[in-house]
Amino acid sequence: MPGPAAWSLFLQRLTAHRHYWRSSAIGSVLEPVLFLAAMGLVLGSLVDRGPGVPGGVGYLAFLAPGLLVAAAMQTATGESSYPVLGAIKWDRTYEALLATPARPVDLVAGHLLYVAFRVTTSAAAFLLVLLAFGAARSPLVVLTVPVALLTGLAFAAPVTALAARLEEDAAFAALQRFLLVPMFLFSGTFFPVEQLPAVLRGIAYATPLWHGVTLARDLALGTAEAGPALLHAGYLLLWTAAGAVLAARALTRRLVR
Amino acid sequence: MGESLVRARGLVKRFGGYTAVDGIDVDIAPGEAFGFLGPNGAGKSTTMRMIGAVSPPTAGELRVLGMDPAVDGPAIRRRLGVVPQTDNLDLELTVEENLLVYGRYFGLPRATVRARAAELLDFVQLTDRAGDRVEPLSGGMKRRVTIARALVNDPDVVLLDEPTTGLDPQARHVLWERLYRLKQRGVTLVLTTHYMDEAEQLCDRLVVMDKGRIAAQGSPAELIAAWSTREVCELRFPLTEGGPGPAAHADALAPLTARGLAERVEVLPDRLLLYTDDGDAALSAVLAHGLQPVSSLVRRSSLEDVFLRLTGRTLVD
Repeated sequence: MPGPAAWSLFLQRLTAHRHYWRSSAIGSVLEPVLFLAAMGLVLGSLVDRGPGVPGGVGYLAFLAPGLLVAAAMQTATGESSYPVLGAIKWDRTYEALLATPARPVDLVAGHLLYVAFRVTTSAAAFLLVLLAFGAARSPLVVLTVPVALLTGLAFAAPVTALAARLEEDAAFAALQRFLLVPMFLFSGTFFPVEQLPAVLRGIAYATPLWHGVTLARDLALGTAEAGPALLHAGYLLLWTAAGAVLAARALTRRLVR
Repeated sequence: MGESLVRARGLVKRFGGYTAVDGIDVDIAPGEAFGFLGPNGAGKSTTMRMIGAVSPPTAGELRVLGMDPAVDGPAIRRRLGVVPQTDNLDLELTVEENLLVYGRYFGLPRATVRARAAELLDFVQLTDRAGDRVEPLSGGMKRRVTIARALVNDPDVVLLDEPTTGLDPQARHVLWERLYRLKQRGVTLVLTTHYMDEAEQLCDRLVVMDKGRIAAQGSPAELIAAWSTREVCELRFPLTEGGPGPAAHADALAPLTARGLAERVEVLPDRLLLYTDDGDAALSAVLAHGLQPVSSLVRRSSLEDVFLRLTGRTLVD
Protein backbone atom coordinates (compact mmCIF):
# COMPACT_ATOMS: atom_id res chain seq x y z
CA MET A 1 0.00 0.00 0.00
CA PRO A 2 1.26 3.50 -0.79
CA GLY A 3 2.47 5.72 2.04
CA PRO A 4 2.94 9.46 2.61
CA ALA A 5 5.75 9.65 0.03
CA ALA A 6 3.03 9.38 -2.65
CA TRP A 7 1.72 12.73 -1.50
CA SER A 8 5.24 14.16 -1.62
CA LEU A 9 5.58 13.13 -5.26
CA PHE A 10 2.19 14.64 -6.02
CA LEU A 11 3.35 17.94 -4.52
CA GLN A 12 6.65 17.73 -6.41
CA ARG A 13 4.83 17.32 -9.73
CA LEU A 14 2.48 20.12 -8.80
CA THR A 15 5.46 22.39 -8.08
CA ALA A 16 6.80 21.66 -11.56
CA HIS A 17 3.34 22.18 -13.06
CA ARG A 18 3.16 25.65 -11.55
CA HIS A 19 5.93 26.71 -13.94
CA TYR A 20 3.83 26.06 -17.04
CA TRP A 21 0.22 25.86 -15.90
CA ARG A 22 -0.81 28.84 -18.05
CA SER A 23 -0.04 27.23 -21.41
CA SER A 24 -1.56 24.01 -20.17
CA ALA A 25 -4.73 25.80 -19.05
CA ILE A 26 -5.08 27.63 -22.37
CA GLY A 27 -4.87 24.29 -24.17
CA SER A 28 -7.49 22.80 -21.85
CA VAL A 29 -10.00 25.45 -22.93
CA LEU A 30 -8.99 26.05 -26.53
CA GLU A 31 -9.04 22.44 -27.63
CA PRO A 32 -12.65 21.73 -26.57
CA VAL A 33 -13.76 25.03 -28.14
CA LEU A 34 -12.20 24.06 -31.48
CA PHE A 35 -13.50 20.49 -31.42
CA LEU A 36 -17.02 21.40 -30.34
CA ALA A 37 -17.21 24.21 -32.88
CA ALA A 38 -15.92 22.20 -35.86
CA MET A 39 -17.43 18.83 -35.14
CA GLY A 40 -20.27 19.58 -32.77
CA LEU A 41 -21.73 22.63 -34.50
CA VAL A 42 -20.59 22.53 -38.13
CA LEU A 43 -20.39 18.81 -38.80
CA GLY A 44 -23.29 18.33 -36.35
CA SER A 45 -25.57 20.52 -38.45
CA LEU A 46 -25.09 18.06 -41.33
CA VAL A 47 -25.68 15.03 -39.10
CA ASP A 48 -28.82 16.53 -37.60
CA ARG A 49 -30.26 17.14 -41.09
CA GLY A 50 -30.05 13.38 -41.75
CA PRO A 51 -31.32 10.55 -39.56
CA GLY A 52 -29.21 11.94 -36.69
CA VAL A 53 -27.90 10.05 -33.68
CA PRO A 54 -30.10 7.73 -31.59
CA GLY A 55 -32.05 9.10 -28.66
CA GLY A 56 -33.37 12.10 -30.48
CA VAL A 57 -30.66 14.49 -29.29
CA GLY A 58 -28.60 16.85 -31.42
CA TYR A 59 -25.14 15.76 -32.51
CA LEU A 60 -23.44 18.38 -30.32
CA ALA A 61 -25.11 16.99 -27.17
CA PHE A 62 -24.17 13.48 -28.26
CA LEU A 63 -20.55 14.33 -29.06
CA ALA A 64 -19.53 16.68 -26.24
CA PRO A 65 -19.49 14.27 -23.24
CA GLY A 66 -17.71 11.65 -25.36
CA LEU A 67 -15.03 14.11 -26.36
CA LEU A 68 -14.63 15.21 -22.76
CA VAL A 69 -13.77 11.65 -21.80
CA ALA A 70 -11.59 11.01 -24.86
CA ALA A 71 -9.58 14.13 -24.00
CA ALA A 72 -9.04 12.68 -20.51
CA MET A 73 -7.61 9.55 -22.13
CA GLN A 74 -5.16 11.65 -24.13
CA THR A 75 -4.09 13.75 -21.15
CA ALA A 76 -3.60 10.70 -18.95
CA THR A 77 -1.57 8.71 -21.48
CA GLY A 78 0.50 11.77 -22.37
CA GLU A 79 1.42 12.28 -18.70
CA SER A 80 2.19 8.59 -18.20
CA SER A 81 4.32 7.82 -21.23
CA TYR A 82 7.33 10.07 -21.91
CA PRO A 83 7.34 11.74 -18.46
CA VAL A 84 7.45 8.36 -16.69
CA LEU A 85 10.16 6.91 -18.93
CA GLY A 86 12.03 10.19 -18.49
CA ALA A 87 11.80 9.99 -14.71
CA ILE A 88 13.18 6.45 -14.87
CA LYS A 89 15.79 6.75 -17.58
CA TRP A 90 16.60 10.26 -18.76
CA ASP A 91 16.37 12.59 -15.76
CA ARG A 92 16.47 9.66 -13.32
CA THR A 93 14.32 11.53 -10.82
CA TYR A 94 12.76 8.27 -9.63
CA GLU A 95 16.23 7.01 -8.74
CA ALA A 96 16.66 10.10 -6.57
CA LEU A 97 13.34 9.48 -4.86
CA LEU A 98 14.07 5.83 -4.16
CA ALA A 99 17.11 7.00 -2.18
CA THR A 100 14.61 8.54 0.27
CA PRO A 101 12.15 6.47 2.32
CA ALA A 102 9.91 6.37 -0.79
CA ARG A 103 9.19 2.97 -2.39
CA PRO A 104 8.15 2.15 -5.97
CA VAL A 105 4.53 1.76 -4.92
CA ASP A 106 4.63 5.31 -3.49
CA LEU A 107 5.95 6.63 -6.80
CA VAL A 108 3.19 4.91 -8.78
CA ALA A 109 0.54 6.25 -6.40
CA GLY A 110 2.02 9.76 -6.42
CA HIS A 111 2.19 9.77 -10.18
CA LEU A 112 -1.43 8.62 -10.49
CA LEU A 113 -2.49 11.32 -8.02
CA TYR A 114 -0.87 13.91 -10.24
CA VAL A 115 -2.51 12.44 -13.35
CA ALA A 116 -5.80 12.55 -11.46
CA PHE A 117 -5.25 16.23 -10.80
CA ARG A 118 -4.38 16.97 -14.44
CA VAL A 119 -7.31 15.01 -15.81
CA THR A 120 -9.79 16.47 -13.34
CA THR A 121 -8.81 20.07 -13.96
CA SER A 122 -8.77 19.60 -17.75
CA ALA A 123 -12.14 17.85 -17.65
CA ALA A 124 -13.57 20.65 -15.49
CA ALA A 125 -12.41 23.17 -18.09
CA PHE A 126 -13.96 21.02 -20.81
CA LEU A 127 -17.21 20.89 -18.83
CA LEU A 128 -17.36 24.69 -18.70
CA VAL A 129 -16.93 24.84 -22.48
CA LEU A 130 -19.56 22.15 -22.91
CA LEU A 131 -21.99 24.15 -20.79
CA ALA A 132 -21.17 27.33 -22.70
CA PHE A 133 -22.03 25.50 -25.94
CA GLY A 134 -25.36 24.51 -24.42
CA ALA A 135 -24.57 20.84 -24.89
CA ALA A 136 -25.84 19.59 -21.51
CA ARG A 137 -29.24 17.92 -21.15
CA SER A 138 -29.13 17.01 -17.44
CA PRO A 139 -27.67 18.46 -14.24
CA LEU A 140 -25.91 15.11 -13.86
CA VAL A 141 -23.57 16.40 -16.56
CA VAL A 142 -21.26 17.50 -13.71
CA LEU A 143 -20.59 13.81 -13.08
CA THR A 144 -18.81 13.59 -16.43
CA VAL A 145 -15.77 15.01 -14.62
CA PRO A 146 -15.41 12.05 -12.22
CA VAL A 147 -16.07 9.74 -15.17
CA ALA A 148 -13.22 11.45 -17.04
CA LEU A 149 -11.08 10.93 -13.95
CA LEU A 150 -11.88 7.20 -13.83
CA THR A 151 -11.22 6.85 -17.55
CA GLY A 152 -7.97 8.78 -17.32
CA LEU A 153 -6.69 6.54 -14.53
CA ALA A 154 -7.78 3.42 -16.42
CA PHE A 155 -5.31 4.50 -19.12
CA ALA A 156 -2.65 6.13 -16.94
CA ALA A 157 -2.04 3.04 -14.80
CA PRO A 158 -1.39 0.50 -17.57
CA VAL A 159 0.56 3.03 -19.66
CA THR A 160 2.75 3.70 -16.59
CA ALA A 161 3.32 -0.05 -16.32
CA LEU A 162 4.33 -0.08 -19.99
CA ALA A 163 6.64 2.92 -19.58
CA ALA A 164 8.34 1.23 -16.62
CA ARG A 165 9.31 -1.67 -18.87
CA LEU A 166 10.55 0.25 -21.88
CA GLU A 167 14.15 0.97 -22.84
CA GLU A 168 13.24 3.12 -25.85
CA ASP A 169 10.39 5.56 -26.37
CA ALA A 170 9.48 4.23 -29.85
CA ALA A 171 6.70 2.11 -28.35
CA PHE A 172 4.82 5.26 -27.33
CA ALA A 173 4.43 6.31 -30.96
CA ALA A 174 3.14 2.83 -31.75
CA LEU A 175 0.77 2.96 -28.80
CA GLN A 176 -0.60 6.26 -30.08
CA ARG A 177 -0.89 5.12 -33.68
CA PHE A 178 -2.21 1.59 -33.26
CA LEU A 179 -4.24 1.74 -30.06
CA LEU A 180 -5.17 5.24 -28.94
CA VAL A 181 -6.09 6.81 -32.28
CA PRO A 182 -8.21 3.82 -33.39
CA MET A 183 -9.84 3.78 -29.95
CA PHE A 184 -10.49 7.51 -30.15
CA LEU A 185 -12.15 7.07 -33.55
CA PHE A 186 -14.05 3.82 -33.07
CA SER A 187 -15.04 3.58 -29.39
CA GLY A 188 -18.24 5.55 -29.56
CA THR A 189 -16.96 9.09 -29.24
CA PHE A 190 -18.11 10.23 -32.68
CA PHE A 191 -20.83 7.72 -33.50
CA PRO A 192 -22.66 4.89 -31.68
CA VAL A 193 -20.65 1.66 -31.85
CA GLU A 194 -23.88 -0.06 -32.95
CA GLN A 195 -22.94 1.31 -36.39
CA LEU A 196 -19.91 -1.01 -36.43
CA PRO A 197 -19.74 -4.61 -37.72
CA ALA A 198 -20.22 -7.12 -34.90
CA VAL A 199 -16.52 -8.00 -34.53
CA LEU A 200 -15.40 -4.40 -34.22
CA ARG A 201 -18.30 -3.67 -31.90
CA GLY A 202 -17.09 -6.46 -29.60
CA ILE A 203 -13.63 -4.93 -29.55
CA ALA A 204 -15.08 -1.51 -28.82
CA TYR A 205 -17.02 -2.89 -25.83
CA ALA A 206 -13.76 -4.20 -24.39
CA THR A 207 -12.01 -0.83 -24.48
CA PRO A 208 -12.03 1.29 -21.33
CA LEU A 209 -12.76 4.31 -23.49
CA TRP A 210 -16.14 2.98 -24.64
CA HIS A 211 -17.21 2.46 -21.03
CA GLY A 212 -16.10 5.96 -20.07
CA VAL A 213 -17.70 7.60 -23.11
CA THR A 214 -20.97 5.72 -22.69
CA LEU A 215 -21.25 6.46 -18.98
CA ALA A 216 -20.44 10.16 -19.47
CA ARG A 217 -22.95 10.42 -22.30
CA ASP A 218 -25.71 8.72 -20.30
CA LEU A 219 -25.08 11.17 -17.47
CA ALA A 220 -24.97 14.24 -19.69
CA LEU A 221 -28.17 13.27 -21.47
CA GLY A 222 -29.92 12.24 -18.26
CA THR A 223 -30.42 8.64 -19.43
CA ALA A 224 -28.06 6.93 -16.97
CA GLU A 225 -29.24 3.89 -15.01
CA ALA A 226 -27.60 2.69 -11.81
CA GLY A 227 -26.81 -0.88 -12.90
CA PRO A 228 -24.96 -0.17 -16.15
CA ALA A 229 -23.35 2.91 -14.60
CA LEU A 230 -21.83 0.81 -11.82
CA LEU A 231 -20.62 -1.77 -14.34
CA HIS A 232 -18.93 0.91 -16.44
CA ALA A 233 -17.28 2.44 -13.38
CA GLY A 234 -16.23 -0.95 -12.06
CA TYR A 235 -14.64 -1.88 -15.38
CA LEU A 236 -12.63 1.34 -15.37
CA LEU A 237 -11.53 0.75 -11.76
CA LEU A 238 -10.43 -2.75 -12.71
CA TRP A 239 -8.09 -1.38 -15.37
CA THR A 240 -6.78 1.17 -12.91
CA ALA A 241 -6.12 -1.37 -10.16
CA ALA A 242 -4.52 -3.96 -12.46
CA GLY A 243 -2.41 -1.29 -14.15
CA ALA A 244 -1.25 0.15 -10.83
CA VAL A 245 -0.20 -3.26 -9.51
CA LEU A 246 1.69 -4.03 -12.72
CA ALA A 247 3.30 -0.58 -12.69
CA ALA A 248 4.55 -0.94 -9.11
CA ARG A 249 5.90 -4.38 -9.92
CA ALA A 250 7.64 -3.20 -13.10
CA LEU A 251 9.14 -0.20 -11.35
CA THR A 252 10.48 -2.38 -8.54
CA ARG A 253 12.05 -4.79 -11.00
CA ARG A 254 13.56 -1.91 -12.94
CA LEU A 255 14.91 0.27 -10.14
CA VAL A 256 15.35 -1.90 -7.05
CA ARG A 257 17.79 -4.54 -8.26
CA MET B 1 27.06 -5.47 16.88
CA GLY B 2 29.66 -2.89 17.89
CA GLU B 3 29.87 0.65 16.68
CA SER B 4 29.94 0.11 12.91
CA LEU B 5 27.51 2.23 10.89
CA VAL B 6 27.99 -0.15 8.01
CA ARG B 7 28.97 -3.75 8.50
CA ALA B 8 29.23 -6.26 5.67
CA ARG B 9 30.35 -9.86 5.83
CA GLY B 10 30.76 -11.97 2.71
CA LEU B 11 28.56 -9.52 0.81
CA VAL B 12 27.72 -10.74 -2.70
CA LYS B 13 25.75 -9.24 -5.57
CA ARG B 14 25.07 -11.13 -8.76
CA PHE B 15 23.17 -9.95 -11.84
CA GLY B 16 22.22 -13.14 -13.64
CA GLY B 17 25.50 -14.95 -14.19
CA TYR B 18 27.63 -11.86 -13.58
CA THR B 19 29.10 -11.39 -10.12
CA ALA B 20 29.48 -7.66 -9.48
CA VAL B 21 30.46 -7.93 -5.81
CA ASP B 22 32.16 -11.14 -4.79
CA GLY B 23 32.17 -11.56 -1.03
CA ILE B 24 33.44 -8.41 0.65
CA ASP B 25 33.82 -7.54 4.34
CA VAL B 26 33.50 -3.88 5.29
CA ASP B 27 33.26 -1.98 8.57
CA ILE B 28 32.65 1.75 8.56
CA ALA B 29 32.86 3.63 11.86
CA PRO B 30 30.93 6.80 12.77
CA GLY B 31 32.65 10.01 11.75
CA GLU B 32 35.15 8.53 9.35
CA ALA B 33 35.57 9.19 5.67
CA PHE B 34 35.66 5.81 4.05
CA GLY B 35 36.52 5.18 0.43
CA PHE B 36 36.07 2.46 -2.14
CA LEU B 37 38.90 2.93 -4.62
CA GLY B 38 38.95 0.97 -7.84
CA PRO B 39 38.57 1.14 -11.60
CA ASN B 40 35.22 1.23 -13.38
CA GLY B 41 33.47 -2.11 -13.06
CA ALA B 42 35.16 -3.02 -9.77
CA GLY B 43 31.79 -3.29 -8.00
CA LYS B 44 31.99 0.01 -6.12
CA SER B 45 28.68 1.47 -7.24
CA THR B 46 26.87 -1.83 -6.70
CA THR B 47 28.24 -1.92 -3.16
CA MET B 48 27.04 1.64 -2.61
CA ARG B 49 23.57 0.76 -3.87
CA MET B 50 23.40 -2.16 -1.45
CA ILE B 51 24.49 0.08 1.44
CA GLY B 52 21.94 2.65 0.25
CA ALA B 53 19.18 0.03 0.67
CA VAL B 54 18.06 0.17 -2.96
CA SER B 55 19.73 -3.03 -4.14
CA PRO B 56 19.02 -6.25 -2.23
CA PRO B 57 22.20 -8.31 -1.64
CA THR B 58 22.34 -11.73 -3.29
CA ALA B 59 24.19 -13.30 -0.35
CA GLY B 60 26.11 -12.43 2.78
CA GLU B 61 25.31 -10.21 5.71
CA LEU B 62 24.74 -6.47 5.60
CA ARG B 63 23.78 -4.11 8.42
CA VAL B 64 23.41 -0.40 7.86
CA LEU B 65 22.89 1.82 10.92
CA GLY B 66 22.28 -1.39 12.81
CA MET B 67 19.38 -2.39 10.55
CA ASP B 68 18.80 -4.91 7.80
CA PRO B 69 18.29 -3.16 4.41
CA ALA B 70 16.06 -6.00 3.20
CA VAL B 71 13.62 -5.34 6.06
CA ASP B 72 14.14 -1.75 7.14
CA GLY B 73 14.94 -0.08 3.80
CA PRO B 74 12.80 3.05 4.33
CA ALA B 75 14.03 3.51 7.93
CA ILE B 76 17.66 3.25 6.77
CA ARG B 77 17.16 5.58 3.83
CA ARG B 78 15.57 8.14 6.13
CA ARG B 79 18.99 8.59 7.76
CA LEU B 80 21.16 8.47 4.62
CA GLY B 81 22.18 11.16 2.17
CA VAL B 82 22.90 9.93 -1.33
CA VAL B 83 24.91 11.64 -4.07
CA PRO B 84 24.62 9.38 -7.12
CA GLN B 85 27.12 9.02 -9.90
CA THR B 86 24.87 10.76 -12.43
CA ASP B 87 23.00 13.84 -11.26
CA ASN B 88 19.31 13.16 -10.95
CA LEU B 89 17.89 16.53 -10.00
CA ASP B 90 14.39 17.51 -11.06
CA LEU B 91 15.23 19.67 -14.06
CA GLU B 92 11.76 21.21 -14.13
CA LEU B 93 12.32 22.80 -10.72
CA THR B 94 14.51 25.59 -9.43
CA VAL B 95 17.56 24.98 -7.27
CA GLU B 96 15.68 25.79 -4.08
CA GLU B 97 12.56 23.86 -5.08
CA ASN B 98 14.73 20.78 -5.57
CA LEU B 99 15.69 20.92 -1.91
CA LEU B 100 12.24 21.84 -0.59
CA VAL B 101 10.52 19.11 -2.52
CA TYR B 102 13.11 16.49 -1.54
CA GLY B 103 12.86 17.26 2.15
CA ARG B 104 9.17 16.30 2.14
CA TYR B 105 10.02 12.67 1.38
CA PHE B 106 11.70 12.45 4.78
CA GLY B 107 8.56 13.58 6.53
CA LEU B 108 10.18 16.78 7.75
CA PRO B 109 8.03 19.77 8.70
CA ARG B 110 7.84 22.43 6.02
CA ALA B 111 9.49 25.12 8.17
CA THR B 112 12.40 22.81 9.03
CA VAL B 113 13.02 22.02 5.37
CA ARG B 114 12.82 25.67 4.42
CA ALA B 115 15.37 26.70 7.04
CA ARG B 116 17.66 23.82 6.15
CA ALA B 117 17.45 24.53 2.43
CA ALA B 118 18.55 28.12 2.98
CA GLU B 119 21.42 26.96 5.17
CA LEU B 120 22.52 24.31 2.68
CA LEU B 121 22.38 26.64 -0.32
CA ASP B 122 24.69 28.89 1.63
CA PHE B 123 26.93 25.91 2.44
CA VAL B 124 27.28 24.95 -1.25
CA GLN B 125 27.59 28.65 -2.20
CA LEU B 126 24.50 28.74 -4.41
CA THR B 127 22.28 31.15 -2.49
CA ASP B 128 22.33 33.60 -5.40
CA ARG B 129 21.10 30.84 -7.76
CA ALA B 130 18.27 29.64 -5.48
CA GLY B 131 15.52 30.78 -7.85
CA ASP B 132 17.20 29.58 -11.06
CA ARG B 133 16.15 26.51 -12.97
CA VAL B 134 18.56 23.63 -12.49
CA GLU B 135 18.87 22.68 -16.15
CA PRO B 136 21.25 25.42 -17.40
CA LEU B 137 23.62 25.23 -14.40
CA SER B 138 27.21 24.05 -14.91
CA GLY B 139 28.19 20.49 -14.02
CA GLY B 140 29.96 21.63 -10.87
CA MET B 141 26.95 23.63 -9.70
CA LYS B 142 24.56 20.75 -10.36
CA ARG B 143 26.83 18.53 -8.29
CA ARG B 144 26.71 21.03 -5.46
CA VAL B 145 22.91 21.17 -5.63
CA THR B 146 22.88 17.36 -5.50
CA ILE B 147 25.13 17.44 -2.42
CA ALA B 148 22.94 20.04 -0.74
CA ARG B 149 19.89 17.91 -1.53
CA ALA B 150 21.59 14.86 0.01
CA LEU B 151 22.06 16.81 3.25
CA VAL B 152 18.50 18.09 3.55
CA ASN B 153 17.52 15.36 6.03
CA ASP B 154 20.63 15.93 8.17
CA PRO B 155 21.86 12.38 7.42
CA ASP B 156 24.05 10.24 9.66
CA VAL B 157 25.91 8.90 6.64
CA VAL B 158 26.45 10.48 3.23
CA LEU B 159 27.06 8.12 0.31
CA LEU B 160 28.91 9.73 -2.58
CA ASP B 161 29.33 7.71 -5.77
CA GLU B 162 32.15 9.17 -7.88
CA PRO B 163 31.47 12.68 -6.56
CA THR B 164 33.81 14.56 -8.91
CA THR B 165 33.84 12.43 -12.05
CA GLY B 166 33.32 14.60 -15.11
CA LEU B 167 34.11 17.89 -13.36
CA ASP B 168 36.88 20.29 -14.32
CA PRO B 169 39.81 20.64 -11.88
CA GLN B 170 38.56 23.87 -10.35
CA ALA B 171 35.08 22.50 -9.70
CA ARG B 172 36.66 19.38 -8.19
CA HIS B 173 38.67 21.44 -5.72
CA VAL B 174 35.60 23.44 -4.68
CA LEU B 175 33.78 20.19 -4.07
CA TRP B 176 36.63 18.60 -2.13
CA GLU B 177 36.82 21.62 0.10
CA ARG B 178 33.07 21.42 0.84
CA LEU B 179 33.27 17.68 1.53
CA TYR B 180 36.24 18.25 3.80
CA ARG B 181 34.16 20.72 5.81
CA LEU B 182 31.39 18.16 6.12
CA LYS B 183 33.90 15.65 7.40
CA GLN B 184 35.12 18.15 9.96
CA ARG B 185 31.56 18.55 11.19
CA GLY B 186 31.62 14.85 12.00
CA VAL B 187 29.46 13.63 9.11
CA THR B 188 30.34 10.09 8.08
CA LEU B 189 31.29 10.03 4.41
CA VAL B 190 31.35 6.91 2.27
CA LEU B 191 32.60 7.50 -1.22
CA THR B 192 33.69 5.64 -4.30
CA THR B 193 36.27 6.98 -6.65
CA HIS B 194 38.68 5.93 -9.31
CA TYR B 195 40.83 9.00 -8.67
CA MET B 196 43.67 8.26 -6.31
CA ASP B 197 44.14 11.94 -5.54
CA GLU B 198 40.51 12.15 -4.44
CA ALA B 199 40.94 9.11 -2.20
CA GLU B 200 44.12 10.60 -0.70
CA GLN B 201 42.48 13.98 -0.14
CA LEU B 202 39.29 12.79 1.47
CA CYS B 203 39.58 9.30 2.92
CA ASP B 204 40.70 8.36 6.40
CA ARG B 205 40.47 4.75 5.42
CA LEU B 206 39.79 2.96 2.20
CA VAL B 207 39.54 -0.37 0.52
CA VAL B 208 41.02 -1.06 -2.87
CA MET B 209 38.47 -2.95 -4.97
CA ASP B 210 39.13 -4.94 -8.06
CA LYS B 211 36.78 -7.33 -9.88
CA GLY B 212 34.26 -7.37 -7.05
CA ARG B 213 36.77 -8.17 -4.33
CA ILE B 214 38.73 -6.17 -1.80
CA ALA B 215 42.42 -6.30 -2.66
CA ALA B 216 43.71 -4.34 0.35
CA GLN B 217 42.57 -1.91 3.00
CA GLY B 218 43.95 0.72 5.34
CA SER B 219 44.64 4.43 5.51
CA PRO B 220 46.25 5.94 2.39
CA ALA B 221 49.59 6.14 4.22
CA GLU B 222 49.33 2.56 5.49
CA LEU B 223 48.49 1.25 2.05
CA ILE B 224 51.41 3.06 0.49
CA ALA B 225 53.77 1.84 3.22
CA ALA B 226 52.54 -1.71 2.87
CA TRP B 227 52.39 -1.99 -0.90
CA SER B 228 54.85 0.49 -2.34
CA THR B 229 58.20 2.14 -1.70
CA ARG B 230 58.75 5.64 -0.44
CA GLU B 231 59.62 7.05 -3.84
CA VAL B 232 59.15 6.30 -7.49
CA CYS B 233 61.42 7.21 -10.37
CA GLU B 234 59.49 7.46 -13.64
CA LEU B 235 61.45 7.14 -16.86
CA ARG B 236 60.01 7.95 -20.25
CA PHE B 237 61.81 6.75 -23.36
CA PRO B 238 61.24 7.81 -26.96
CA LEU B 239 58.55 5.71 -28.58
CA THR B 240 59.77 5.03 -32.09
CA GLU B 241 58.14 2.66 -34.55
CA GLY B 242 60.08 -0.62 -34.44
CA GLY B 243 62.50 0.85 -31.89
CA PRO B 244 63.09 -0.61 -28.45
CA GLY B 245 60.00 -0.48 -26.23
CA PRO B 246 59.94 0.06 -22.46
CA ALA B 247 60.45 -3.67 -21.94
CA ALA B 248 63.76 -3.52 -23.82
CA HIS B 249 64.85 -0.60 -21.68
CA ALA B 250 63.92 -2.56 -18.61
CA ASP B 251 66.14 -5.35 -19.85
CA ALA B 252 68.95 -2.84 -20.28
CA LEU B 253 68.45 -1.88 -16.65
CA ALA B 254 68.54 -5.47 -15.45
CA PRO B 255 72.21 -5.36 -14.33
CA LEU B 256 71.44 -2.27 -12.26
CA THR B 257 68.31 -3.69 -10.67
CA ALA B 258 70.28 -6.80 -9.82
CA ARG B 259 72.60 -4.54 -7.82
CA GLY B 260 69.68 -3.02 -5.91
CA LEU B 261 68.82 -0.02 -8.11
CA ALA B 262 65.13 -0.51 -7.28
CA GLU B 263 63.03 -2.91 -5.30
CA ARG B 264 60.73 -3.37 -8.21
CA VAL B 265 60.35 -2.20 -11.81
CA GLU B 266 56.96 -1.77 -13.43
CA VAL B 267 56.86 -1.69 -17.21
CA LEU B 268 54.00 0.43 -18.56
CA PRO B 269 53.32 0.92 -22.28
CA ASP B 270 54.84 4.41 -22.23
CA ARG B 271 57.27 4.41 -19.30
CA LEU B 272 59.20 2.54 -16.64
CA LEU B 273 58.54 2.95 -12.93
CA LEU B 274 61.42 2.24 -10.58
CA TYR B 275 60.21 1.64 -7.01
CA THR B 276 62.89 2.68 -4.56
CA ASP B 277 63.36 4.56 -1.32
CA ASP B 278 65.76 6.99 -2.99
CA GLY B 279 64.49 8.07 -6.39
CA ASP B 280 67.25 10.60 -7.08
CA ALA B 281 69.94 8.01 -6.49
CA ALA B 282 68.18 5.59 -8.83
CA LEU B 283 67.90 8.26 -11.52
CA SER B 284 71.61 9.11 -11.23
CA ALA B 285 72.50 5.45 -11.54
CA VAL B 286 70.34 5.08 -14.65
CA LEU B 287 71.96 8.09 -16.31
CA ALA B 288 75.44 6.93 -15.30
CA HIS B 289 74.67 3.59 -16.89
CA GLY B 290 74.30 5.40 -20.21
CA LEU B 291 70.51 5.18 -20.62
CA GLN B 292 68.92 8.35 -21.97
CA PRO B 293 65.23 8.76 -21.07
CA VAL B 294 63.45 11.72 -22.78
CA SER B 295 62.09 12.72 -19.44
CA SER B 296 62.29 11.60 -15.87
CA LEU B 297 60.39 12.31 -12.70
CA VAL B 298 61.11 11.45 -9.10
CA ARG B 299 57.99 11.51 -6.91
CA ARG B 300 56.52 10.03 -3.77
CA SER B 301 54.49 6.85 -4.05
CA SER B 302 50.72 7.26 -4.40
CA LEU B 303 47.67 5.06 -4.21
CA GLU B 304 47.99 4.66 -7.97
CA ASP B 305 51.18 2.72 -7.31
CA VAL B 306 49.43 0.63 -4.68
CA PHE B 307 46.72 -0.22 -7.17
CA LEU B 308 49.25 -1.07 -9.86
CA ARG B 309 51.08 -3.34 -7.45
CA LEU B 310 47.89 -5.08 -6.32
CA THR B 311 46.26 -5.61 -9.68
CA GLY B 312 48.94 -5.14 -12.30
CA ARG B 313 46.77 -2.45 -13.89
CA THR B 314 46.46 1.32 -13.73
CA LEU B 315 43.35 2.90 -12.22
CA VAL B 316 42.15 5.09 -15.03
CA ASP B 317 42.09 2.73 -18.01
